[in-house]
Amino acid sequence: MQLIKDKHVTQDSWAFIADDVALNVDYNIVSQARWSKEREELVKHGGQLGLRLESNAVVEEIVEDLSHFQLIELHIPVFTDGRGFTHARVLRSRFGFDGDIRVSGDFMRDQVFYLNRVGVSSFELNDSDNAQEVIDSMGDISVRYQESVA
Amino acid sequence: MYQYTDKDQTIIDERVTQFRDQTERFLKGEIPDDKYRALRLMNGVYIQTHAPLLRVAGPYGLLSSKQVRKLASIARDYDKGYCHFTTRQNIQFNWPALERVPDILGELASVQMHAIQTSGNCLRNTTSDQLAGVCKDEIEDPRPYCEIIRQWTILHPEFAYLPRKFKIAVSGATLDRAATQFHDIGLHLVKNDQGVVGFKVFVGGGLGRTPVIAKMVRPFLEKEHLLSYLEAILRVYNLNGRRDNKYKARIKILVRETGLEEFTKQVDAEWALIKDQLIVSEERIEAICAQFAPPAYIDSAAADTSYAEQLANNEAFATWVKHNTADHKIAGYRVAYVSLKAPDRPPGDCTDTQLDAIAGLADEYSFGMVRVTHRQNLVLADIKQADLFALWQKLDQLKLATPNIGKATDIICCPGLDFCGLALAGTIGITKEINESLDSMDYVHDLGEIKINISGCMNGCAHQSVGHIGVLGVDKKGEEWYQVTLGGSSENDATIGDRVGPSVSKQDITGVVVKILEVYIEQRVNEDESFLATYRRVGMSPFKEKVYAVN
Repeated sequence: MQLIKDKHVTQDSWAFIADDVALNVDYNIVSQARWSKEREELVKHGGQLGLRLESNAVVEEIVEDLSHFQLIELHIPVFTDGRGFTHARVLRSRFGFDGDIRVSGDFMRDQVFYLNRVGVSSFELNDSDNAQEVIDSMGDISVRYQESVA
Repeated sequence: MYQYTDKDQTIIDERVTQFRDQTERFLKGEIPDDKYRALRLMNGVYIQTHAPLLRVAGPYGLLSSKQVRKLASIARDYDKGYCHFTTRQNIQFNWPALERVPDILGELASVQMHAIQTSGNCLRNTTSDQLAGVCKDEIEDPRPYCEIIRQWTILHPEFAYLPRKFKIAVSGATLDRAATQFHDIGLHLVKNDQGVVGFKVFVGGGLGRTPVIAKMVRPFLEKEHLLSYLEAILRVYNLNGRRDNKYKARIKILVRETGLEEFTKQVDAEWALIKDQLIVSEERIEAICAQFAPPAYIDSAAADTSYAEQLANNEAFATWVKHNTADHKIAGYRVAYVSLKAPDRPPGDCTDTQLDAIAGLADEYSFGMVRVTHRQNLVLADIKQADLFALWQKLDQLKLATPNIGKATDIICCPGLDFCGLALAGTIGITKEINESLDSMDYVHDLGEIKINISGCMNGCAHQSVGHIGVLGVDKKGEEWYQVTLGGSSENDATIGDRVGPSVSKQDITGVVVKILEVYIEQRVNEDESFLATYRRVGMSPFKEKVYAVN
């Protein structure tokens, strides 16, 4: 698995931990269900903590908890599902989340220009993807009409 | 008209480069079909029965003569010598080769045109009134606001992957000629009690398989809040619109399932959080309005006497003026329609030769501008009355002066089974048959104002459900059949047509339309009672009886 963070190819220290699997020492990403069920243990566990939001998540439900997370992962089930674009935008511009927002799942290179603009800072790639081309695509269009985060 | 800034030009140039790369990657097998499909649709490319179809944006229907000439050259060089104007004021090419589409987009970019977001589940081309800026019943010219919306919609990063397509229309006149109540968002420029002009906002209208009349969500929106309010609606829709079933994914279904009150509450709550961050400044509005300043009208235009003489002496000219021109707000000027509904041509089609000639007429008589109407005709909006006779003669030679605007043979017709991969039945052939049955122009004029709309499937591209007479192609055991509706309207009195009864076969459909017109003639109080008014008064029964009578 390759990772692009802030437009650079980098090592991924994070891992998504399935709900029934024990946590790693550090850099755990957990589901929203696990967070709501095991909140105290997760906070006590220490280290860097990330939260995965599915596309049907309601961001407002976790707004009070944002200070616990260094990363929010927006998981895109299918590339046509554009809800994550709004989640990223609202997390950044309304709720002031300044940690890493990453996307995973079924997005494509031709969407990173938009995702970058709504505030996504890292991208999980497949091994077959050409990371440099993906980074370049973020600059496909050099000017813009709308306000945006990035 | 609006002239591109460097920023506008850069966006469309870079978009061409981006799409060229995407298409090359697809042709090399590097992008899977389903993903390329989404990308090409957002650049106006459909894959049709015979070849790709390229839909080019006609921003709120306004084209310069230079742009029209470019359409002509594209039709000649990349297509079979014609193009097609659509009900959303766009332009379609039916026969381009996929690998040459990036070149066509490059050609379009050279004249400030593009095909961005003319298809796909995204914010589409904003449409408007073809008489904007020249009609007498206007509160304010809607085009500057269309342009502001155009810029906001193009490559909006948050709303590029919506549940379904999203269409916005703006009307600035008291008579709604832009079918705004059948759009996802319809905006009417209105004046409030204090004399301030703002927008009345409608949401959730649409045609297609579930026609719905839009609901009013805000009686008065200040201009400065235009974009924040649109953004609030789109954000609520993007998060909550259904994504599990494409037939239930339009915002009209969200509004219905959420309930208007609750939906409006959600929009208002979202809007309250963003309205102060996304203000359209007065300076911005003024700057854009300045680009739509009225052309240099001549004060003495009304002093001309030749027009009255020609009207009195030439019956054919007088007939054309009566049916194919409209009043203009400036004395001595008229609006001239260019009929793309000649009896022997598919509705809305225009050849390269005609396009070039129309561009020339626009330069000579109408400040170099052409408009596209939502009934698939063109308009030369600013004709001095002294020029009308010469214009008519030239249009007549080009077969663009059929005096049938708003009449029974001014049929809205989708490409149907002849071209479209979705169609279940032919439409162009039916239109031709109806034309042949109504070969007496006197009879067509006697029938008066009547809108016949014919779609080849329930996606309803030809707006059959709001036709005074709507014809919808259906499939019946592999055969082409047609359902007929009566009494629809897309104007202020927005109405969805009523179904007459069981569908009729291809061989009977033209006869059915003819019978319906005969019933109207029998039933009307007098010549001043229109088809729609008569239908509303007498109801379905007399029509139904005649259509299904056993001979």
